[in-house]
Amino acid sequence: MKISRIFKTIFMLDFLGGLTIALREFFKPKKTINYPFEKGKISPRFRGEHALRRYPDGEERCIACKLCEAVCPAQAITIESSERADGSRKTTRYDIDMMKCIYCGLCEESCPVDAIVQGPNFEFSTETREELYYNKEKLLDNGDRWENVLAANIKADNSHR
Amino acid sequence: MEYLSIIFSETYKILFLLVPVLISVAMIVWLDRRIWAFVQKRQGPNVVGPFGLLQSLADALKYMFKEVIIPSSSNKVIFILAPIVTMTLALISWAVIPFSATQVLADINVGILYLFAVSSLGVYGIIMGGWASNSKYPFLGAIRSAAQMVSYEVSIGVIIINVLLCVGSLNLNDIVMAQESLWFVIPLFPMFVIFFISALAETNRPPFDLPEAEAELVAGYQTEYSGMMYAMFWLGEYANILLMCAMGSVLFLGGWLSPIDLFPFNVIPGAIWLILKILFLFILFALVKAIVPRYRYDQLMRLGWKIFLPLSLTWVVLTASFLFYFNLLPTN
Repeated sequence: MKISRIFKTIFMLDFLGGLTIALREFFKPKKTINYPFEKGKISPRFRGEHALRRYPDGEERCIACKLCEAVCPAQAITIESSERADGSRKTTRYDIDMMKCIYCGLCEESCPVDAIVQGPNFEFSTETREELYYNKEKLLDNGDRWENVLAANIKADNSHR
Repeated sequence: MEYLSIIFSETYKILFLLVPVLISVAMIVWLDRRIWAFVQKRQGPNVVGPFGLLQSLADALKYMFKEVIIPSSSNKVIFILAPIVTMTLALISWAVIPFSATQVLADINVGILYLFAVSSLGVYGIIMGGWASNSKYPFLGAIRSAAQMVSYEVSIGVIIINVLLCVGSLNLNDIVMAQESLWFVIPLFPMFVIFFISALAETNRPPFDLPEAEAELVAGYQTEYSGMMYAMFWLGEYANILLMCAMGSVLFLGGWLSPIDLFPFNVIPGAIWLILKILFLFILFALVKAIVPRYRYDQLMRLGWKIFLPLSLTWVVLTASFLFYFNLLPTN
């Protein structure tokens, strides 16, 4: 062993150096946030809870083309459709099994009318499994609730598509 | 009736000591986690109560409502006894710690011996828990822990001999009083450092937390424990850490003495000084946990037997020779 090494060991210089670094870091601002009270920034492309959007006049966007159902790799989406009185094709059933969903965002990408989207909400944990079988009503409700954010996100991401 | 009144007055005194100790154990767990977090630039527990101070109580409440699972192949009596032994041993040692010249529960003349004996017994709780679990990880953890604690107790014992050479008494209050002019941390500084490191090993704290090295041994001897029994191990461990800090402050940092015998300092009660010294040592414990990586087992054994033991033994010879040559040996 070299003399300098022995000197370092006896006087624990490495340890003292570590201690000073620790004390310096101790008083630095924290890198973490107080999660439930303050939240981190989320990208417009964030893929969170699903929502079905409407046109400004209140008509639902979904045209029941079933592209999302076809593209869904986890087969979490189930769609049934029929002709409405005015001759347009609309969904009668639009279910997403949120426990099957892998949040890949392919449904959002495949949708020709921007009807099914994934919003910024990720805090939708529930106490029972049943609550995670989302139906059309729940999805439309989500769409109404988050419409402002969803529209802004789609607009922000539009130039990159 | 006379016995009853004695029992009541003693129980009262014991409660008066133990309740603050238990509360401070809860607070110290919070402090430990908070310091650890701050060094890593995290927030740490800060939600329950002011600054998260009540976090440990919330945890204790949670443990209380958890199911206690006793493995079917375990030795049930010993399995249940182990956490009780750990916690009891960690608490009874507080009886001899002097909080001032008069405030001591049991002012026995072999106080330091009692303290040392009880802290040595602490290994029984761990080895009982590890053996009675009848499972491989707890068993390995318990064996490691036993070997480690025994090794480091040897050097702690020799360090205590150093202090006793300077004092000439085994009574803890005498040890404190002997430091009135000069705290032993100054003449015996290398011994203080070795004592501190040995205390880390003795209480299974990082960097010597091999018995519960989670990457290899899941949680060591605590693996099979759950609910309140786990919490008792945990309480006992932290009570032991506090006790080691108290022992360090009594032996080296002048116990309940104030640092300087001047007006604003010497009117502050001794208990406060002792608590401040314990806190100082504990903060060091917590900082070490945050900055030092875990030792390998052979390094641990080498440090204990090949470095600390010869060093402290040499220091005993040096101290004794010095005291003898200059005719400073305490006479009483």
